[in-house]
Amino acid sequence: MHRKHQDVVFALVGIVALMVAVLTFLTLFVNMAVDGLPRLDWHFFTSFPSRRATQAGILSAWVGSTLVMLVTAFFAVPLGVASGIYLEEYARKSWVTDLIEINITNLAGVPSIVYGLLALGLFVYQFGLGQSILSAGLTLALLILPVVIVATREAIRSIPQVIREGSYALGATRWQTVRYHILPYSSAGILTGIIIGMARAIGETAPIITIGALTFIAFLPPAPLKAEPPFVSFDWLMSPFTVMPIQMFNWTSRPEAAFQDNAAAAGFVLVFMTLAMNGLAIWLRYRLRRNIKW
Amino acid sequence: MMEQLLATKAEARSLSFYYGDFQALKGISMPVHERQVTALIGPSGCGKSTFLRCFNRMHDLYPGNRYDGQIILQPDNTDLLARSIDPIDVRMRIGMVFQKPNPFPKTVFENVAYGLRVRGERSRRAVEEKVEQALHDAALWDEVKERLHQPAYNLSGGQQQRLCIARALATDPELLLFDEPTSALDPIATASIEELMHDLKKRVTILIVTHNMQQAARVSDFTAYMYLGELVEFGVTDELFIKPQKKQTEDYITGRFG
Ligand SMILES: Nc1ncnc2c1ncn2[C@@H]1O[C@H](COP(=O)(O)OP(=O)(O)OP(=O)(O)O)[C@@H](O)[C@H]1O
Ligand SMILES: [Mg+2]
Repeated sequence: MHRKHQDVVFALVGIVALMVAVLTFLTLFVNMAVDGLPRLDWHFFTSFPSRRATQAGILSAWVGSTLVMLVTAFFAVPLGVASGIYLEEYARKSWVTDLIEINITNLAGVPSIVYGLLALGLFVYQFGLGQSILSAGLTLALLILPVVIVATREAIRSIPQVIREGSYALGATRWQTVRYHILPYSSAGILTGIIIGMARAIGETAPIITIGALTFIAFLPPAPLKAEPPFVSFDWLMSPFTVMPIQMFNWTSRPEAAFQDNAAAAGFVLVFMTLAMNGLAIWLRYRLRRNIKW
Repeated sequence: MMEQLLATKAEARSLSFYYGDFQALKGISMPVHERQVTALIGPSGCGKSTFLRCFNRMHDLYPGNRYDGQIILQPDNTDLLARSIDPIDVRMRIGMVFQKPNPFPKTVFENVAYGLRVRGERSRRAVEEKVEQALHDAALWDEVKERLHQPAYNLSGGQQQRLCIARALATDPELLLFDEPTSALDPIATASIEELMHDLKKRVTILIVTHNMQQAARVSDFTAYMYLGELVEFGVTDELFIKPQKKQTEDYITGRFG
């Protein structure tokens, strides 16, 4: 009987601990929603920041966040996936690969502001990219690279060895095996890792401030599409910018209460975006894994 | 004797194999006769799978493995283990069926077509014809012709194993390696695979590892008995089972082993 009691006690402790975590989050979220929701209208998404709180909006912030995320994905995804595949399928295990492995796992734990400092020296000054969308995207790409690599490797490792052997036994090369089997069967796990990394990147503030994002931007970067040839333009990459968390940070540091409501509204949008990305990751994993059983 | 009349498809010559420092095969020499079934028997851990996987250079996939000796493949007298030979070229000629059915998580059709795709076959017609032929040869066509484009995982275990055989047959291998192909199957599925092997040997040479002595007696023309990495005895199956030359072999096949 005594042992059964222990079970009940632990279950209770567990539930209480869980409730504390969930309730704290809910309280914060509801609080933010109550303050922010009244501000959330069409106007809020289509206006630039302003000195008058009721006219201010997050246009430059959400456009900036979106563009920075595009650059981040553009660099982090191919680099991370290729590194993961190389380490799992090509590299012979040796002390060098062990060392790289330890490094990657540790990189994931480095405080993000350190990435900001590194990027300030390297991208902003050394490469002369300035305080631009490109610099920010590269910085965040560096930040989430370990996440993408680790997710890729884990997804690849869950593929049974008999599948690889089946492919090689038919005369396939390494590349054919990767292309027809490894990549398709691990894509669910890889995508999940990418999205979770992106969800982390979109909320990052410290490294972006370090490389010099502006806190008050009342214009949009040059449009990527133009009416005259060559129709596309990459000038936006070099444009100054701001992002969602920085816009929030800016508003919270204002004394007027009306700006606090703006910050809450922007926070609500940011949390919603992050949750939506995580939701997408779960859905994708479910969808893509449906047809794969070992 | 029957042996002298037969052509040799492949021949191991003083073949030794090492997993790192551990020697798993010790100087094995034996022929594999053309269009015959050769069975490898012996207690667990004696090196049957290791020996079989030398023939398609499967060991090259893992670091630290080393071959010593030769496996000569006819008619071109190629040493499969020579350094100058690319393992991929070897696997282009020699197919393999594994212990547990391992279909790819793709459709029935794509499983069988995979070997052709790997070889760069572009013509849709050619692929379709060869897939159908291979499924016929593996005695599976009638059961799957209505669901070629459904996931292979929907098939039963026995059907999956015949699918793996079809997958190997689609590329016209000269030699087919089977590593305990029926150990994960029920008696009925096992019987259908054994029957299939009997038909297949008309066109392809077969080397099969089996734990089951009755199976070796039923399906094979030649049998090799291995023990602790060595070849103890090789001979015509009927003779080896009726009057083995070595005491060790006799103990094993009469169940007095160990
Ligand atoms: N990857 C490996 N690394 C080191 N030793 C191995 C490896 N694979 C097999 N061995 C060893 O080599 C010997 C032969 O193994 P093998 O798998 O060829 O035996 P087997 O005759 O096929 O046995 P079973 O009937 O159980 O399948 C065994 O002693 C085994 O422990
Ligand atoms: Mg074995």
